[in-house]
Amino acid sequence: MQPPDVKIRRKRLDRGIKARTDSVFVIAAPGDIIYVLAPRVLPVVALLILPFFLSEYHQEVLVHASVVGLLALSWDLLACCGLFSLGQSLFFGVGAYMAGMMDYYLHLSIWIGLPLATLSGGAICSILLAPVVRLKGVYFAMVTLMLPLLFRKIIEASGLLGGTLGLSTRGSFPNEWVAVYLGIIVFLGVLFGLRKLIDSDYGLVLKAIRDDDRAVMSAGINIYARKVQALFVAGSIASFAGAFLTYRYEFVGFSVFAWDYAILPLAAAALGGPGTFAGAALGSMILVPLSEALRAMGGLRIASYCLVLMVSIIALPEGIFSFLERKYHQFESLVEVK
Amino acid sequence: MPGETLLKVRGLRKSFGGVIAVGNVGFELKQGDFLGIIGPNGAGKTTLVNMITGFVRPDGGKVYFKGKDITGSRPYDIANLGIARTFQMVRLFYHLPAYKNLIIPLCSKRISRIRGGRFGERDEVALDLLDDVGFERDSYVPYKQAGSLPHGYLKRLDLARALALRPEVLILDELFSGMSMAEVAGVLPLMEKLSDKGLTIIMIEHRLRELFKVAHRVMVLTFGQKIAEGPPDEVMQSDEVKKAYLGTDVELGESGRD
Repeated sequence: MQPPDVKIRRKRLDRGIKARTDSVFVIAAPGDIIYVLAPRVLPVVALLILPFFLSEYHQEVLVHASVVGLLALSWDLLACCGLFSLGQSLFFGVGAYMAGMMDYYLHLSIWIGLPLATLSGGAICSILLAPVVRLKGVYFAMVTLMLPLLFRKIIEASGLLGGTLGLSTRGSFPNEWVAVYLGIIVFLGVLFGLRKLIDSDYGLVLKAIRDDDRAVMSAGINIYARKVQALFVAGSIASFAGAFLTYRYEFVGFSVFAWDYAILPLAAAALGGPGTFAGAALGSMILVPLSEALRAMGGLRIASYCLVLMVSIIALPEGIFSFLERKYHQFESLVEVK
Repeated sequence: MPGETLLKVRGLRKSFGGVIAVGNVGFELKQGDFLGIIGPNGAGKTTLVNMITGFVRPDGGKVYFKGKDITGSRPYDIANLGIARTFQMVRLFYHLPAYKNLIIPLCSKRISRIRGGRFGERDEVALDLLDDVGFERDSYVPYKQAGSLPHGYLKRLDLARALALRPEVLILDELFSGMSMAEVAGVLPLMEKLSDKGLTIIMIEHRLRELFKVAHRVMVLTFGQKIAEGPPDEVMQSDEVKKAYLGTDVELGESGRD
């Protein structure tokens, strides 16, 4: 029972923290510390210790979720500067084939081949798409949609790069744990790195390009150069994902240019909330395990998968993460008023 | 240096389909000049500005800036040379806080060249600039989302965005349209101050009374043709201008505004 003279009122934690600090968190109360740190630290710790409790099969699912997560993050970065891509599979496939070539033809070790494939993949993608960064919206999307198909058909028809048989590579990760943790750590690093980037002045310019490219041009910014830079970063992220899977499966075939790798990241970002990066990451962490869990449904798997996706997007158009973020900022605690 | 020819426009032409938007217009600006461009709607004023700033490629003619041919250059290259503009329909980043709108020009090559590429204090510079155009620095207004600001503030924010480039030539496309009398009265002294400091200004305007207070020279366009150029009072006495712009029997001063 409360004594009659003590009143209780609701306090928005978020407001108090913002009022007391100016972008640097100088906070003391344990409640505040938990409030600020929990959403940042908990998911990281959870992801890092999770593999210890998982079977090999579930570890595989987690790695696959991280890979799709990287593709979704790469998609989200492009979306941030107004480039709507339907071709994450292009970046993914180029990275995968670059890794395959590094290993099959050049016999490079994985620790040289993986970073090389990442960067060269990013470079190839930005060179391929540089001529079309002037296109907007659906026109850019169409080009990115066509390119993976083109690559796939060229490899299929010409027999280059192993043709329909693909390339069997020899280099691989020393053991499972290295692969699992490399996947997770790069995924988390890219997630927090991109969030940091988009909050910087550089990221501000990228977002402004999406809003009004003419205003950005009149402010003396070469928007095409900025878009190509964003393409390089996004391309490198997705190329890493592709190269990573090549080394993990010790094989690369033209299936890396398949639709799945274009649609899954887009669906993940839409489910989680585009433009936040955390949304794209969260979305892929939900979608990939969900699609595995639905395997029991047999023939109806894809149907139920689509149903879940549609219902969630209609019910929460802003995305799961944006919804949670809003609730987080509105979080209230009860305090005594003296 | 004062008196030096800064911007030279020679015979600019542009047609859209069969319509001649701008036909053979030329003028010269010396450093510190304040040129007003007036004319009825559709006279080609904005198209002329769009050609100078690189947003529209001219069919013919040349634009020289400090003696260098900049015809057909990219808008961002022209902006980096020091020609900044505002837009008739303000173009801003509405989801950003007002002061963050100015970060974009502060990230340009021109500003990193002038400021020596120092980073980290852009927010401060942005707030100073907003203070200049009348956003009260200690109020919450500069921190509000641009989309939630009233029209007059948006116009001034657009002006501040152009000024953030530290331009040598400032082109204002109907800055006063939609502004209240009080807001215009607030901006006019700033225009005079900038002009006195030696900034070269081109101002497209329909509000003649206010324009004539600040402009040194006025150019009149009708149907893409220049029909007069000179000091404001002289130009307005010309019969041709009265006929084209105001109608034949109008006395300036009564209906000269808007």
